Amino acid sequence: MFNALLRIMRHEITSIFREAHAWLTPILFFIITVCLFPLALGSDDPLLNHMAPCIIWISALLAILMSIGNLFRQEAEEGYLDVLILSSHSLTLWVLCKMLTHWILYCLPLILISPLLGILLHLNTSEMLLLISGLLLGTPVLILLGGIGAALLVGIRGSGLLLPILIMPLYIPVLIFGPGILLTYHAHLPITLHFAMMGAFIALSLAFAPLLTSVALRLGVNSS
Amino acid sequence: MISALKHRFLSLKTFYLTSQKGLPFIITLFIACFLYGVIAGLFIAPADYQQGDGFRIIYVHVPAAFTAMLIYFVMASAALLTLVFRLKIAAICMSSSAAIGAWFTLLALMTGSIWGKPMWGTWWIWDARLTSVLILLFLYLGFISLQSVITNQNARDRAGAIIALVGVINLPIIHYSVIWWNTLHQGPTISKFATPSIAPAMLYPLLAMIAAFFLFYTIILLLRMRNQIILREMRSTWIREVI
Repeated sequence: MFNALLRIMRHEITSIFREAHAWLTPILFFIITVCLFPLALGSDDPLLNHMAPCIIWISALLAILMSIGNLFRQEAEEGYLDVLILSSHSLTLWVLCKMLTHWILYCLPLILISPLLGILLHLNTSEMLLLISGLLLGTPVLILLGGIGAALLVGIRGSGLLLPILIMPLYIPVLIFGPGILLTYHAHLPITLHFAMMGAFIALSLAFAPLLTSVALRLGVNSS
Repeated sequence: MISALKHRFLSLKTFYLTSQKGLPFIITLFIACFLYGVIAGLFIAPADYQQGDGFRIIYVHVPAAFTAMLIYFVMASAALLTLVFRLKIAAICMSSSAAIGAWFTLLALMTGSIWGKPMWGTWWIWDARLTSVLILLFLYLGFISLQSVITNQNARDRAGAIIALVGVINLPIIHYSVIWWNTLHQGPTISKFATPSIAPAMLYPLLAMIAAFFLFYTIILLLRMRNQIILREMRSTWIREVI
C-alpha cells in the first residue's frame, strides 16, 4: 500500500518535471506579485519591512489558488478517477498522497525562494526564519482546504474564479495567524500562541479535509 | 425506521400539503409579533439615555444579525441530513435558505453601518463582530455561486451540503481568530453593549422582533421550498392533482 503511494508520488513528480513550463508558472507568478507590492507602495523601507509578511503570504495564497484548481483535473478527464473509485483502494489515502505531492511541487519552491524575496523586502535572518517556519506550517493547510474546493468543482467547465470565492473565506484563520507571527515578533510579544494555533489548524485540516475531499470526488464522478 | 419516516412524513408531497395548512398560522403569528415589536419598540420603549432615539435601530439590526447566523446553522443541519440520510426535503431547505440568509446578513451589515455612523462616527470599523458577519456573507455567496454552476440536481445538493458543513466547522474558528486578531491590532475601545443588562421595556419588543424576523424567514423559506418542490416534482402526478 505504502509502496504504491510512493510510486504514484514519484510518477507525479517526474511527469511534472517533464513539462517544467507548466510547473514554473505559479512560481513565477508568486515572484512577480511580490515584486509588484514595493512598486505600488513606494520604496519606503520600514513600511516594506512591516508589510513583508503580509505581502509574501498574500502572494503565496494567490499562487496556490492558481495551481490548486488542477489538482484532480487530469485524473478526472482521463477516467483514472473512476477506476480508482471503483477499485478497493482507499480514495482518502490517495487524496492525501496527491495533496502531499502538490505541496512538495508547488509550495516547497515558494518557501525555498521566499528568503530571496525577503531580502528584497529588508527582512533580517531571524525574521526570515520565522516567516519560513510559518509558511511551512501554513501552506499545507491552504492545500488541504483548497483540495476540497478543487474536488467539488472537478467536473465543471468555466469554474475558474469560483474556486477562490469558495475557498478564500476559509483561508482567513491561516492568514491571521501566519503573518501574525512576524507582526507579533515586531511588537516584542511572545509568539508561541501563533505556532500552537497553526499546529492546531494543520491537525484539524489533516483530519477532515482528505475525507471531505474524497466524498466530494465520489459525488462529481457519480453525477457526470 | 428512518426510511419509513422518510417516506411517510418527510416526503415532498406530505410537506407540500402540510405547509399549505400551516402557513396561515405562521403568518398570523408573524403579524402579531411584528406589530407588537414595531409599536412597542418605536413608540412605547423609552429613549436611551445616551443614544436618544437613535438606539431604536436595534429593533432591526439585532434581529437581522441573529436571524442571519441562525439561518446558517439551519443550513448546516440540513446539510448534515442531506449527506447522511439523503433527505430531499433537507436539501431543498438548505438551498432555499441560502439566499434569505445572505439578504439578512446584508441587512445586518447595512443597519450596523447606519447605526455606527452617528454613534461611533464611522460607517465601518474592523471590529470582530462586524468582520465575522462580513465573512458570513462571503460564505453565503460562495454557497450560492457553487450551487448555481452545478446542473445535476443530486450533485448540486450534495456539493452544497459539503461546502455548508466545511463552512460551519470553520465559522467558530474564523470568529475566534478575528477576535484575537482584533485585540492584537488595538481595536476600538467602545463596545456595542457596555451595559450587560437592558431595561425590560426595551427588551420585550426586541425579543418580539427577533421572533418576528425568524417567523418571516420561516414564511419565505416555506414559500421558496414549495416553489422548489413544484419545480422538482413537475412530472409526478400528485403535483398536477394539487395544482
